[in-house]
Amino acid sequence: MKLIIAYIQPHKLEDVKKALSEAEVAKMSVTNSLGCGAQKGYHESYRGVEFDVNLLKKVRLEIAVNEPFVQKTVDAIIGAARTGEIGDGKIFILEMSECIRIRTGEKGSDAIG
Amino acid sequence: MNSLLNRKRGVLVLLLLLMLVGSHVMAEEAAVDPVTAAIDAAKEEMQTNINIVWTCVAAFLVFFMQAGFAMVEAGFTRAKNAVNILMKNLMDFSIGTLAFFAIGFSLMFGASKGFFGWDGFGLSGVEGDGAHWNWTFLIFQTVFAGTAATIVSGAMAERTQFKAYMVYSVFICAFIYPIFGSWAWGSLLNGGGWLENMGFCDFAGSTVVHSVGGWLALAGAIILGPRLGKYGPDGKAKALPGHNITLAALGVFILWFGWFGFNPGSTTVGDGEIGRVAVTTNLAAAAGAVIAMIVSWVIGKKPDASMSLNGALAGLVAITAGCYTVTPMGAIVIGAIAGALVYFSVIFIDSVLKVDDPVGAVSVHGVCGAFGTLACGLFNAEAVLGIGDANGGLFYGGGFAQLGTQLAGVGAAFAWAFGLGLLMFTIIKVTVGLRADKDEEIKGLDIGEHGMEAYSGFQIFSSM
Repeated sequence: MKLIIAYIQPHKLEDVKKALSEAEVAKMSVTNSLGCGAQKGYHESYRGVEFDVNLLKKVRLEIAVNEPFVQKTVDAIIGAARTGEIGDGKIFILEMSECIRIRTGEKGSDAIG
Repeated sequence: MNSLLNRKRGVLVLLLLLMLVGSHVMAEEAAVDPVTAAIDAAKEEMQTNINIVWTCVAAFLVFFMQAGFAMVEAGFTRAKNAVNILMKNLMDFSIGTLAFFAIGFSLMFGASKGFFGWDGFGLSGVEGDGAHWNWTFLIFQTVFAGTAATIVSGAMAERTQFKAYMVYSVFICAFIYPIFGSWAWGSLLNGGGWLENMGFCDFAGSTVVHSVGGWLALAGAIILGPRLGKYGPDGKAKALPGHNITLAALGVFILWFGWFGFNPGSTTVGDGEIGRVAVTTNLAAAAGAVIAMIVSWVIGKKPDASMSLNGALAGLVAITAGCYTVTPMGAIVIGAIAGALVYFSVIFIDSVLKVDDPVGAVSVHGVCGAFGTLACGLFNAEAVLGIGDANGGLFYGGGFAQLGTQLAGVGAAFAWAFGLGLLMFTIIKVTVGLRADKDEEIKGLDIGEHGMEAYSGFQIFSSM
């Protein structure tokens, strides 16, 4: 079992969701996040005072998958979120020690699916 | 009611008499009864002042519609473009005011040279005594020009370069709106025009203000193209939901409130007609909202808030032409039809014409404005209301003559505003540039154009 965490550009979320559902990965959590990386931020000004904003808006996806789905999930995210420009985002893959479905008490691979 | 009014009038006359007896100066040599003459003069002056006060109050109400437009447009669009849409609303009124003062007012109401007026630029030559009506009329007409101008920003929202929009604001208030206005309304001051000479009826501006704004909005939206992500690869329309229906609803209520200046104020006379026009205006708005809700409920399975709000505005726009010349029942029918019309028009423009109009400005102002103007030819009941000799409306036995004239006016408005709109926005596109670039549109025009966010400190979830 793996936990896949991906940070993507917000406007790519719809495309990524579509690609994931085509890869039969239907379950995910999505949250707003702010982050900085290689992409430089932008300039704001408020009443004549200028300042830099380097934390940019991103969308964070968390997807728990069984082993056979790891590569499919990664491929789907890359395929849909990639523009080739700096700021496309990152994917992290973590070992996941347990997964429990609250309603039924199922554990492990059964609870993910 | 009548006896109460008579009694009031009696008391007034008595008071004036007492004043006159006290100051026995003017009596002797007048040919006519001096007391009667003085009373008549006093009454006339009082009526003039009441007219000025009422017209100014109405102008201030119509000015407040700018706030309504700003809230409707901000609410129906996404958070990342809120600063931009508010700036457009601020600037189209501000730039429009200056342009209308310097040039537009003279083209619209100056002594006509055939096609449009041409004198009194910057209100020159009207200073001094007796000019009060000119000042009053200018402020009243300025807020109307501002209304026509601000309609367009909604249809072009979320993807237009700010500087292009400012250029447009000058042209509409200096030339496009005033010249058409002179054709229909020029004789309200010193001018005159071919449409009003034909007997064209547009009491408060379904066509002159709203259709002209709506057709310009259509031209702008066509030249601009749809927002990114509005149409899928298969050409199907997608929803890009507005970020704040609360603000949009506030905006609609403010507009409805402002319309009590727009329509009843267009009498420019402080008398009992104010109440009558307020009644027809309100009935049409209410009917429009109810019918739009029912249609959206039947077809879309739920009573849609944004469509119901559009329905109220549709009723208001449609009754604007006929608010003075139709019966209350006529007003209800006009508002109801407009409420249904706006629903189908929004869907048609969105899904069939594939023109992206984020707030429904073309449907509300262009389509319902044209319908309301035609409705004058169907529902005109001047004889029934006791304000004219004949009922011009087809449904009141007036035949097709009035309807034909209305059709000419509606057609002229479309040809003038849509044609010039296409030309103007094309010229702006190739000179200053019209569309914001792709990155800016994705990030939001607030940061790209103004370097500022509307909701700093809030996390806005936006993936569109």
